[in-house]
Amino acid sequence: MRGAKSAKWVAGAAVIALAATACGGSDSSDGGKKNTSGQPAGYVSIDVGEPQKPLMPADTNESNGSYVIQSLFTQLLDFDDKGEIVLTNAESVETEDSKTWTVKLKAGWKFHNGEAVTAQSYIDAWNWYANVDNKQQNAFWFSDIKGYEDVHPEKGAAKSKEMSGLKAVDDTTFTIELSNKVPYFNYKLGYATFAPLPKVFYDDPKAFGQKPIGNGPYTFEKWTHKKLIQVKAWDEYQGPNKAANKGIQFKNYSTVEAAYTDLVSGNLDMIRQVGPRDLPKYKTDLGDGAIDQPYAAIQSLNPAFYSKTFKDIDPKVLQGLSMAIDRDTITKTVLNGTRIPATSFTPPQVKGNQTLDSDILKFNPAKAKELIKAGGGVPENKISIQYNADGGHKEWVTAVCESIRNSTGVDCVGDAKPDFPTDLEARDNNEVKGFYRGGWVADYPVNVNFLKELYHSKAESNNGRFADKEIDELMAKGDKADSLEASVAAYQEVEKALVDKMPAIPLWYYAINGGHGKNVDNVKVDFHGDLELTGVTTK
Amino acid sequence: MGRYVARRLLQMIPVFIGSTLLVFLMMYALPGDPVRALAGEQHVDATQIAALKAEYGLDKPIWQQYLNYLANLFQGDFGTQIGTQRPVAEVIADAYPITVRLAIFAFVFTVVAGISLGIIAGLKAESIRDRGLLGLTLVLISMPSFVLGFLVQNFFAFQLGIAKPSVSLEPTNGELIMPAVVLASLSLAYVARLTRTSVAENMRADYMRTAVAKGLPRRRVIGVHLMRNSLIPVVTFLGTDIGSLMGGAIVTEGIFNIKGVGSLVFDALGKREGATVVGVVTLLVVVYLVASLLVDLLYAVLDPRIRYA
Repeated sequence: MRGAKSAKWVAGAAVIALAATACGGSDSSDGGKKNTSGQPAGYVSIDVGEPQKPLMPADTNESNGSYVIQSLFTQLLDFDDKGEIVLTNAESVETEDSKTWTVKLKAGWKFHNGEAVTAQSYIDAWNWYANVDNKQQNAFWFSDIKGYEDVHPEKGAAKSKEMSGLKAVDDTTFTIELSNKVPYFNYKLGYATFAPLPKVFYDDPKAFGQKPIGNGPYTFEKWTHKKLIQVKAWDEYQGPNKAANKGIQFKNYSTVEAAYTDLVSGNLDMIRQVGPRDLPKYKTDLGDGAIDQPYAAIQSLNPAFYSKTFKDIDPKVLQGLSMAIDRDTITKTVLNGTRIPATSFTPPQVKGNQTLDSDILKFNPAKAKELIKAGGGVPENKISIQYNADGGHKEWVTAVCESIRNSTGVDCVGDAKPDFPTDLEARDNNEVKGFYRGGWVADYPVNVNFLKELYHSKAESNNGRFADKEIDELMAKGDKADSLEASVAAYQEVEKALVDKMPAIPLWYYAINGGHGKNVDNVKVDFHGDLELTGVTTK
Repeated sequence: MGRYVARRLLQMIPVFIGSTLLVFLMMYALPGDPVRALAGEQHVDATQIAALKAEYGLDKPIWQQYLNYLANLFQGDFGTQIGTQRPVAEVIADAYPITVRLAIFAFVFTVVAGISLGIIAGLKAESIRDRGLLGLTLVLISMPSFVLGFLVQNFFAFQLGIAKPSVSLEPTNGELIMPAVVLASLSLAYVARLTRTSVAENMRADYMRTAVAKGLPRRRVIGVHLMRNSLIPVVTFLGTDIGSLMGGAIVTEGIFNIKGVGSLVFDALGKREGATVVGVVTLLVVVYLVASLLVDLLYAVLDPRIRYA
């Protein structure tokens, strides 16, 4: 009896001791000298989560990582909010024949460790990025350059370490020879992947990815994994986008709702996207701080042209289905005004966007029915829309289906995949049963980016496997053009032709619905929907 | 007793292997390729994907992957995350301490508040305070934790302004109280009800009448005679609860933005980071096993009739 009693107290004491040590340990590390949110004065904070991968410019294609990359690295050029080129590290980027490009760098630029940014910094970096052995996600961005096949063959290891198209003329000049004419190549150079690298990178790329050294407006300070990345404004930066604040904290939030809560209570300065729960009230909550601005991205329904439903389909049927969708009502009600009904295959922010001379994107149930009938109808009178259930798409997919069913009598169901990896797998393996949900954000602000990358028969992102000789030929014409203007005009012809082919049903353009708190000002949105951090000022 | 403990510890090995194998198979059965998913809508060429898969051993048959995993695990290597390229052990070590703290807070709150409420109600069954407790716990049981979380957050942080809506990067103990209470609320309700019923029942037991008749002081009657017998079902529940508090923190951690095991597993599942999920689950299994061993040992303490040869 006595023994049992004491044993009970031992067990109890152990639990208390555990609790005490667990709490004690972190208390001491807290220090208590920082202010409540731990944000240094003059810094601004934004809800950018943990990057998917280590911070390497050519291995980052998701937005969390690219926010940080863009603060640390500056490429040759950038774009203003209208999509016009702004030269940053380059003095000039010129060509005479769209095939050989000459790049002159601004003199005196340095990496954060003091090393000079030279033509060789760019050439070495690009060769490394493109090399298949280094397994960089964005390697294919260098495929226009002559000699890409040597460093990135379709099968096997790299045959060479250098692309023959890249040549340094002197310290601040280099030439890029392409394997074919690409009149809009300079626009591609604005993508973060084309950033230069300092020599220390090659000693240990893995370590560099955790602690990058760039040539951008901010220098790397610290990365507390899954919690915070902090960068500091760099005094010696010479570009036009010099930081107006003292630094940035990229804070990780588990949910958009949690981030919004912190924004409202003043623990966070900027939020990139307000969640559905708070959308109805964010304008009242934030006042002047509410951001509601369209950007260059589009959502569409893409038919899988190998599927039972859409194999050898008459485009008239797709036109009809397109006209059966009440975009105005859906964007206003289901999507809370966060999207803008599409009027063409390209968003308004890109060069070459035009108004199509067709009413296929207007809601017209009567004509929709007529067109579907004229096209021979939908096989089995039933279509499906594949989407990933983890991305907030269910609501609008249901609404689109409802709209199609009501106006044409064609049965429509959502084909939910539990998450994005599953959705992608079905697309890659040609397993989409009808439509899939397509979304595309501009990599560079030219219409080509929305047409060639999606609808060329050999395009890598053409998951619907749309293939049309005539369209390919029209695109080839645009690629052979000698000037950007001619190329953009040629691609406008492509877009007009697409109306009769219907490789996709454009739905709506994206808008960013974010906001900022009272402590910061001058928050602007760039053409692909990112908040521009360098210009943000603190009060 | 010693032999019993040793036998129980040995029994942990097959349970441990079986559960990791199950989780491993489940991760494998999920559609979606973690390497491909890194690229998003963008296309990546097949050679590059194959090279990455070979690097992480994902191209081998599942049984071989599992054996490799176990072999590495026994050398203390939890594997590497595919996306971030960080060792899983490091990732888990970052996330565990905060979840353990949260779980301990919640556990202590459950034990203290749950048992006291249960005793108070159980001593006078069918009284007003008893019915009040039953009503309150019914509300807690039927309310999903995300609803309770938002309500508590909204009321204390925004209406009253006495708490911060989400915890900071290095949370202090004070900041963890609100999430811990939310996390504990469901188990608290169960513990209170269990205690209440078992106390109410034992109040009518013969040994209680004997104890009272012997003229023992009330404190001793309740504290020793009544409690020791009434706590057996409660302790059983609390044992398994430690594990579920740690595993079930996903929702609570999300609401209060706590970067613990819950959000780690959620993230890892979405990205098909098998090694991370298996690693976290493995540790949770260990927690469950140890907790249920402790519970079994506590039985002997509470009721000498239960003996382990």
